[in-house]
Amino acid sequence: MSTTATVPPESSKASMLYDPKVRGLVYQGALVVGIGLLFYLATTNAIDNLRAARIASGFGFLSSTSGFDVNQTLVPYNATSTYGQAFLVGLLNTLLVAVIGCILATFLGFAMGIARLSSNWIVAKTAMVYVEVIRNLPLLLQLLFWYIAVLRPLPDARNSVSMGAGFFLNNRGLFVPRPLFAADAWLVWAALAVGIVGSVAFAVFARRTQEQTGKQYPVVLTSLALVLGLPLLVWLVLGLVTANPISFEMPEQQRFNLRGGLQVIPEFVALTLGLVVYTSGFIAEVVRAGILAVSKGQSEAAHALGLRSGPTLKLVVIPQAMRVIIPPLTSQYLNLTKNSSLAVAIGYPDLVQVFMGTVLNQTGQAIECVAITMAVYLTISLITSAGMNIYNSRKALVER
Amino acid sequence: MKSRMTQIALALGAGLVGAALATSPAAAQATLANVKQKGFLQCGSNPGLAGFGVPNAQGEWSGLDVDFCRAIAAAIFNDPTKVRFIPLSAKDRFTALQSGEIDVLARNSTMTMSRDTQLGLDFPVVNYYDGQGFMVRKKLGVASAKELNGASICTQQGTTTELNLADFFRGNNLKYEVVAFATADETFKAYDTGRCDAFTTDASGLYAQRLISATPDDHLVLPEIISKEPLGPSVRHGDNQWADIVRWVHNAMLNAEEYKVTKANVDEMMKSPNPEIKRLLGAEGSFGEAIGLTKDWAYRIVKHVGNYGEVFDRNVGEGSPLKIKRGVNALWTQGGLQYGIPIR
Amino acid sequence: MAVQSLSFIRTAPVEATPPPTAVRGPVGWVRENLFSSPLNIALTLLVAFLLWIALPPFLRFMIFDAVWTGSDRNACREDVIGRPVGACWAFVWDRLSYFVYGSYPPAERWRVDTFFALLTVGAVWMLWLKAPRRGLGAAYFFIVFPVLSFLLLTGSERIGLPEVPTAFWGGILVTIIVSVVGIVLSLPFGVLLALGRRSRLPVVRLASVTFIEVVRGVPLITVLIMANTMLPLFLPAGMSVDRLLRPLVGVALFASAYMAEVIRGGLQAVPKGQYEGAMSLGLGYWRMMYFIVLPQALRIVIPGIVNTFIGLFKDTTLVSIVGLLDLVRTIEASRVDPVWAAPTVSMTGYAFAGLFYFVFCYGMSRYSLMVERRLAAGQRR
Repeated sequence: MSTTATVPPESSKASMLYDPKVRGLVYQGALVVGIGLLFYLATTNAIDNLRAARIASGFGFLSSTSGFDVNQTLVPYNATSTYGQAFLVGLLNTLLVAVIGCILATFLGFAMGIARLSSNWIVAKTAMVYVEVIRNLPLLLQLLFWYIAVLRPLPDARNSVSMGAGFFLNNRGLFVPRPLFAADAWLVWAALAVGIVGSVAFAVFARRTQEQTGKQYPVVLTSLALVLGLPLLVWLVLGLVTANPISFEMPEQQRFNLRGGLQVIPEFVALTLGLVVYTSGFIAEVVRAGILAVSKGQSEAAHALGLRSGPTLKLVVIPQAMRVIIPPLTSQYLNLTKNSSLAVAIGYPDLVQVFMGTVLNQTGQAIECVAITMAVYLTISLITSAGMNIYNSRKALVER
Repeated sequence: MKSRMTQIALALGAGLVGAALATSPAAAQATLANVKQKGFLQCGSNPGLAGFGVPNAQGEWSGLDVDFCRAIAAAIFNDPTKVRFIPLSAKDRFTALQSGEIDVLARNSTMTMSRDTQLGLDFPVVNYYDGQGFMVRKKLGVASAKELNGASICTQQGTTTELNLADFFRGNNLKYEVVAFATADETFKAYDTGRCDAFTTDASGLYAQRLISATPDDHLVLPEIISKEPLGPSVRHGDNQWADIVRWVHNAMLNAEEYKVTKANVDEMMKSPNPEIKRLLGAEGSFGEAIGLTKDWAYRIVKHVGNYGEVFDRNVGEGSPLKIKRGVNALWTQGGLQYGIPIR
Repeated sequence: MAVQSLSFIRTAPVEATPPPTAVRGPVGWVRENLFSSPLNIALTLLVAFLLWIALPPFLRFMIFDAVWTGSDRNACREDVIGRPVGACWAFVWDRLSYFVYGSYPPAERWRVDTFFALLTVGAVWMLWLKAPRRGLGAAYFFIVFPVLSFLLLTGSERIGLPEVPTAFWGGILVTIIVSVVGIVLSLPFGVLLALGRRSRLPVVRLASVTFIEVVRGVPLITVLIMANTMLPLFLPAGMSVDRLLRPLVGVALFASAYMAEVIRGGLQAVPKGQYEGAMSLGLGYWRMMYFIVLPQALRIVIPGIVNTFIGLFKDTTLVSIVGLLDLVRTIEASRVDPVWAAPTVSMTGYAFAGLFYFVFCYGMSRYSLMVERRLAAGQRR
């Protein structure tokens, strides 16, 4: 547009306006000023309002006494603990439900996704109905449903169902024996660590050998033996040599409830169930899309090479499908983690319920509580997407 | 260049915010003048607590706190219907008052020193003396809260209740499991489903919840009151005239009860020779004008809403399904705490 | 041996034999699709067993044992009517107007009905791909309809309609309002954010990316709680925001970020030649976007937009947690009503809400699939 020869000299000033660079700078400057102004106004207003309402600010409240109790704590906590410890309790509860939920949802989701592609009509149709129903109902509704569905049929605490071996079930939850670790229990943990390291080393060794010689080793079995067998062996030996390193505290019936043991509260069960079922519907779709994305020629070629359908699935289809499945699967994991915040609707003490609920209300420090909670979720999702990027760059198809 | 989009976005955003703010009242203005100008009172209410503030399916409100707001409206406008009730959750209630969204908060709120002094609020009167209690199922065979060792207890989160509960069990060296929910409905429903042995909230709330349970007779309110919960209406700090109105509306209702001036006989009582009644109803003196109202302000209250005893009876007392006894809320002449300050 | 006897030349066609019964008809179908291998037999039996466990109780609850008429809880109590009780539809029927309108004054409910009708007109106009004058439809849906609805629902003495404060709104009305406001605001904001994210200007890009990633990284419920508790703090003293508006702001912000990512996908799918062609015609940035790129990009992402909207529609249930009286909240409030205190009332309420959400979400997802196929057919040529 701007050929200098045709531009009259007097319009050179005007042309500044039409210079994309200048314009860009002006616009960006305006945006910065606008956002800055917004932040400035919000901040000054907030400071004024907080002063008027005489609400304290700053993060000092984290070290003051909380004064309330929580019914599921993975770390020692009681009413004399601090708000900071309450935060930790909530965070760990969120992580607990997220980790267990992700593992179970993966299994259920893969099963459903593969079932939808089954040649068996009734299996495929049932899986389809399952996926469609689950995906089209709000999670909150499903959680409320599960909470009642879990609570209703269970007997009250005085008529607990004993399931043997110290397991009890009632409407206060599932009670299981609590393991107590003696002083020399660290040897068992050490054995577990050795087992994990050993199985990783073996897997690397097995892959190298296979790449070089074609010889295959039973990696899965060896790993299982190392990870489970070694600690068990150490435990048994220790038990014979010295005192039992791990003993169990059994739940006992008391006036209102069972005391002792580990209590799995019904809110946790309902939340996990709801999240697993809901997310599995989405994972099933991801898995189905992933498998469909592997071109039919791949499995035909594998068949032509003489592979049966089992090895074809395992060696040819799944490795290629995983490349497509993993990224959306990760975002489903993130969704599950974020969705666990709906715990607040059924009284499970997760991060949002404890920190954005109780702590926010008791201290009135909305800005700090909201900021900390959001930062936690943001950190989780940023770490996950960073890990995802690394995975993608390693697994990306190397094209010629 | 593309940032023009963003600018438009900002402009739109600003417009949106601007539109949202346009209807907000100026808090700095004197509340009474503001209310008169609007033509109605804005009253923060409980979203649903039988006996204190609850709407029916048609959106008609009833309750002790609701009638208190009606009494203010009657005193100002001679029309108890000129009130708009704004249902507020426990956590939003004080913000709503501070920000000027409501003129008075009558939502069974506990008066405490920190709330009175640190939240920019004033609690002119206590219209209901309450305390935190426990409700259990009768078949549990518990007669005292001290027997609740090892019980699981349902409570609403973010309230003083949750803290009192922890204090009580810690103080008595008892163990318990707390199950906290965000709303009163969810809390009670969980207790009703059998999730908890006991349910705790203010005693008035216990009676109200028991009333709406499927089988009220299966539940028992334990005798222990583990805290003091003086419930009262609150107003913004700094508007003394408005605080005076709230204070004297309540006292007028108490005095009316003490001198047996009722909704039914208030016209007759205008002719009463008793100077106290004469001053109350405006037949003598002009006390209403001193707080920015008319001479017959108290007459209007009693005529349209009734005296404190009538309001209590109708909403929470013997005349209501709750059947709460007057107890400490009886007049001082009956051994209670409600003491009408003389109008003179 | 004569050669003749060795060879055989058929002189007439062989009589056609019927195909084996095992591969045709219902039996063949069953064999092929249900019992083709031992694994399949096991799977079929397993699924049949699961269905046998799950389906009859479900149908009994929803239909056969359900109570259809009644005026209070006695109709739905096993000990009163002397038979097992499934869903208590009488409860839903009794409370239906509350579920739809909340506490909206009965005399004014025609306004809500009109709003629903206006919405239907707009939605059909937008979604029916062959509808006449769809540009006008967009103008209606994004400008005329919101303004009209606002006037209609809030009312004002000036236009002769009594004012109805938002505190009275509830039920499906609020659910629909939250989702419609979400979609009406999130589309334009989403377009802006998507363009911002693809901008050459670093500051604009940074601002857009930060906003999108932060919002997508946190749960909706935290955004809603933030809008509810912090919005009043950020405004000058004495200003307040309507209780309904606060979660709306949160939902709109949240949906914009997700919409932006969907639209970005569309922008990336428009071939570079289109941009270059537009520029070579001398179109400026905005004209290029408005006339060339966005029409193509938005068309590609219609399924994505509809899917985002389905997610948004389901997520509107979360506003009940911050105290809005949406459909879920009205059900929660009704199930503690002593008049209807019966064991199956809660489940009936949830079943009703489930049906409501399922019908809408499933319908929309079918629609998005249909559009997807149509677009794919257009691409194939």
